[in-house]
Amino acid sequence: MSAQADTGAWPNATMIARGGGGPEPVEIVVAYGFWIFLLSDIIMFSALFATYAVLSGETAGGPSGRDLFDLRNAAIETLCLLFSSYACGLGVLAVRRRRMDGFYLSFALAFALGATFVALEVAEFAGMIARGAGPSRSAFLSAYFSLVGLHGAHVTAGLLWLAFTVAQIAVKGPRDFVLRRLHCFSLFWHALDIIWVALLTLVYLMGAR
Amino acid sequence: MLGKLSWAAIPFDEPIQMAASLMIIVGVLAVLSLITWKGWWTYLWREWLTSVDHKRIGIMYVLLALVMLLRGFTDAIMMRSQQAIAAGGAQGYLPPEHYDQIFSAHGTIMIFFMAMPFIVGLMNFVVPLQLGVRDVAFPVLNAISFWLTASGALLVNMSLVVGEFARTGWLAYPPLSELPFSPGVGVDYYLWALQISGIGTLLAGINMVTTILKLRAPGMTYMRMPVFGWTALASSMLIVAAFPILTATFGMLLLDRYAGMHFFTNDGGGNLMMYINLIWAWGHPEVYILILPAFGIFSEVIATFSGKALFGYRSMVLATLAICVLSFMVWLHHFFTMGAGADVNAVFGIMSMIIAVPTGVKLFNWLFTLYRGRIRFEVPVLWAIGFMVTFVIGGLTGVLMAVPPVDFVLHNSLFLVAHFHNVIIGGVVFGVMAGYNYWFPKAFGFTLDKRLGAVSFWCWLIGFYLAFMPLYALGLLGMTRRMQHYADMSWQPYLIVAAVGAVVILGGIAATIAQLVVSIRTRESRRDPTGDPWSGRTLEWSTTSPPPAYNFAVLPRVESLDAFWGMKQRGPVVPAERYESIKMPMNSANGFVTAFFAVVTGFALIWHIWWMAILGLACAGLTLLAFGWIERGDHEVSDEQLANAERARLRRMDPA
Amino acid sequence: MPTGEHRPPPHGRFQNCTRLSRSRIFAALVAACLVASCSGAGVLDPQGPVASAERLILLNATAIMLVVVLPVIVLTLAFAWWYRASNARAAYRPDWSYSGRIEFVVWSIPTMVVILLAGVAWTGSHDLDPAHKLQSDVRPIRIEVVSLDWKWLFIYPDEQVAAVNQLVVPTGTPIEFMLTSATVMNSFFVPQLGSQIYTMPGMTTRLNLLAERPGDYPGFSSNFSGDGFSDMRFLVHAVPASEFQSWLARTRDEGSALDAAAYSQLARVGSNAQIQTYSSVDPNLFERIVQQSTGLATSPHKED
Repeated sequence: MSAQADTGAWPNATMIARGGGGPEPVEIVVAYGFWIFLLSDIIMFSALFATYAVLSGETAGGPSGRDLFDLRNAAIETLCLLFSSYACGLGVLAVRRRRMDGFYLSFALAFALGATFVALEVAEFAGMIARGAGPSRSAFLSAYFSLVGLHGAHVTAGLLWLAFTVAQIAVKGPRDFVLRRLHCFSLFWHALDIIWVALLTLVYLMGAR
Repeated sequence: MLGKLSWAAIPFDEPIQMAASLMIIVGVLAVLSLITWKGWWTYLWREWLTSVDHKRIGIMYVLLALVMLLRGFTDAIMMRSQQAIAAGGAQGYLPPEHYDQIFSAHGTIMIFFMAMPFIVGLMNFVVPLQLGVRDVAFPVLNAISFWLTASGALLVNMSLVVGEFARTGWLAYPPLSELPFSPGVGVDYYLWALQISGIGTLLAGINMVTTILKLRAPGMTYMRMPVFGWTALASSMLIVAAFPILTATFGMLLLDRYAGMHFFTNDGGGNLMMYINLIWAWGHPEVYILILPAFGIFSEVIATFSGKALFGYRSMVLATLAICVLSFMVWLHHFFTMGAGADVNAVFGIMSMIIAVPTGVKLFNWLFTLYRGRIRFEVPVLWAIGFMVTFVIGGLTGVLMAVPPVDFVLHNSLFLVAHFHNVIIGGVVFGVMAGYNYWFPKAFGFTLDKRLGAVSFWCWLIGFYLAFMPLYALGLLGMTRRMQHYADMSWQPYLIVAAVGAVVILGGIAATIAQLVVSIRTRESRRDPTGDPWSGRTLEWSTTSPPPAYNFAVLPRVESLDAFWGMKQRGPVVPAERYESIKMPMNSANGFVTAFFAVVTGFALIWHIWWMAILGLACAGLTLLAFGWIERGDHEVSDEQLANAERARLRRMDPA
Repeated sequence: MPTGEHRPPPHGRFQNCTRLSRSRIFAALVAACLVASCSGAGVLDPQGPVASAERLILLNATAIMLVVVLPVIVLTLAFAWWYRASNARAAYRPDWSYSGRIEFVVWSIPTMVVILLAGVAWTGSHDLDPAHKLQSDVRPIRIEVVSLDWKWLFIYPDEQVAAVNQLVVPTGTPIEFMLTSATVMNSFFVPQLGSQIYTMPGMTTRLNLLAERPGDYPGFSSNFSGDGFSDMRFLVHAVPASEFQSWLARTRDEGSALDAAAYSQLARVGSNAQIQTYSSVDPNLFERIVQQSTGLATSPHKED
């Protein structure tokens, strides 16, 4: 697009294409910053994934993944998370159209499914600890508990965030700054799904073989 | 009730530590008393402690760095003096238990609480101004970042008074840093202080990346961004990519120490090599996080004071991004001697050398910026020339050690210590000192005293060579690092020279302090009325000194690289026809309060005071939620206020 | 119009003469250091083929890089001096900021140096890999090394003797080390014989060295391991083969056995001022240390 082709507006399209369009609006800035945060979080998980990969064989004479992992439980947890994300997506669409009943229902569902995931995971951990397969048993178990546990901690924090945001919307209404944060929350929630899929594959599916 | 904490934690039986603790306590009390007596609390709270202005936050970061420089350097003088006397059978004045804490604290403080805050502070102050915008992307997050960093610094200093510090070296390798070999609180102080400040740094990196990529003045395309902006971007991207690894690694070591896990322990299947790989996967990018903005500072300084555009802008940008990417591919060169095998060692050695290519390109480009320039020897230029000469030597020794068989005989020796001080002092310290002198007038409205600035530079330069050239020799003679005493008397003369060098550097630090005091006292004679004391090329020089809170009444229209230089060429500044009112964010106590609870939580975790830790964490969380609930208001700067301010500014710039 | 000043700074002349004398001071310091370090022991005084090869690479690589580094330093100081603002004779081209030719040279020089050094690094890493057995007609001697807090234990598995803080070896004989640590990470290093290698608990590392001439070569740990680290020194006695045999015979006669009790005594925290030898060694001791099944806690640290 040549400078002559446009109306002489400044900055022109070429300049904008090269990043010269001036400061972006706040919704874009907030979402972009949150994406960068998500990338950093994924890197933190990568460090734990790498550690798990190195230590997964170090069972110190104790139980291994094959002895411990319950794939049915993992499948149910997966469905909980995926459907929770779906409900979250529906809720975001509802609030955009100001269909507040749909919004509250969708997010209540998302919360319930997320809470179920956490409950199932806590039960799994408690069961393993009761069987003497706690995180201090071996390096493999340390890596397992901290990797899966970190993800679970993120989900828990997400549930708190979700409740807080819905409460804020209930009290203050769907204001711009709250909706921006809701958008960030939905990015967070979907990202946790992606991390879970990696977890499911690398830890449960590959570990149970 | 109070976990492991008891009166025994205070080092009553260690005279040196008691003296140091008392000095710190007296110093802190003196400062607090002065503030109270002068009635400055309201001003401090309103204008600084709750400020979300990037300029104020940047200044606070730099102030933190300068204070911690004193603490870190005290450690250095103690180390040098101990090694100068502990020859043959002599044991010196610092027993190993104490000496080991000193060198661990020296490294930790200098990297995490001196170099990082200085660099982050300069980036914070300068980048939004250079980009022609009003603030960073997330001002409140910026404040939280600073205060979390300060929390970490506070915890490290508390270890001097209550308890002990780590005795493991600045990277706390396991299994030495695991509970069986470090049962005390020292390693816990280290880990929690760095976890807390690490979060602050990560958030600052996210903030800076978003700012640089999404907030620039209209017309500032990527290739019209100042080089310091590019280096700040590369450094911030490295922060975002590397610091999570540090958080994860320290988290695992903490789980080993607190929950009996087996990541890096000797038993249970732990693998210490995993820690070493992870910590250096962070550690190598970390040094590039420090040096890239320093390179950016030198680019600005050399171009400005040569009165010439920076040579090879595109090359500089390309080289910066190349260094950014390559810095993630070299980490194994920190442990060639761990036995990875010839292929692995060779690959990482070659990758490490490849980084020397873009670095060399930068050096040549600075050289050709000087060429056919008209160089004014202000203080920042002294630092730049000193850097160019000194850094190449450090680079040479670095590439030398990147050859694995050479590293096999030099690893962990004083040659290594000399190398990294060569590049960190010659590169990072000289860079931040240049940046400090260069941007001081912009921050405070008057330049720093030139004479004392030159004295400081010469003391640092001469002191550096005296302190570290002998260490290169000692490394070749076979002296390893971290020795509290040594048997070979022939090493002592070198160490005495090195101690003299440290004293000369102390003179440099004293000169910097004197420079600040004298400059403040005589500031009227060095006022900067125009806002452009150096005949600058970039947009920060187009504002008043100091700039108004909103930086620019109207966002500048950027038509070229070196935007301000181009504006000056095109003609005198004309006032705008009309102004639009600006919304600026209100102050927020979020950062300060969250950090307070972070310190409480950290201290509680260190001493195993579980109820206090839970309470502290809960309060920190509630603080974030409470501030998140309140909608942060903005305050408006009206178009009339802007018009008046602009009129005053233009009158000062051009009295006619 | 630029708004800066152009009068020369008051210290211009001071800068000029001190800059040249500064470079002379610097050159003198570097020369002094190099000369001084040539005269002593250490890395620049190799007593074996590994150390000799490594010294050669060190000096070659340094020389190659100095070819670039020295002119850069000289040019920096020369440009800074010649193009100072007070020099009216110097050309001033404020808008000259690009030259394709210069860019090409500026990228090429470091690239070529790096390519050269990369070749050196590749071949050197392979030839001097610590696990690489040395070529020799002489039968190698095996030595097992254990780093303790804070002393070195040397076990001669084929000769069934052991020594603490003293390593007697025959000259001209390749030595195959197998190393481990009983506690924390250390690094076995004898600068005059060549490469160092980490010692790590639960793992074995390998190193191959050879002492050409008889002599006493200091060795130590080069990885910090705690309060007694500075005392982790040992001496390598390289002696002719016949003398080595007589040392072995003497050692088998004197001293006590390194059995479980003696080992647990040895493993107690502290540095050994005395050199100790053992007339016999439990043949499984090294393996048990590596497997961490000596029955000793791997953390015999005393409480603070």
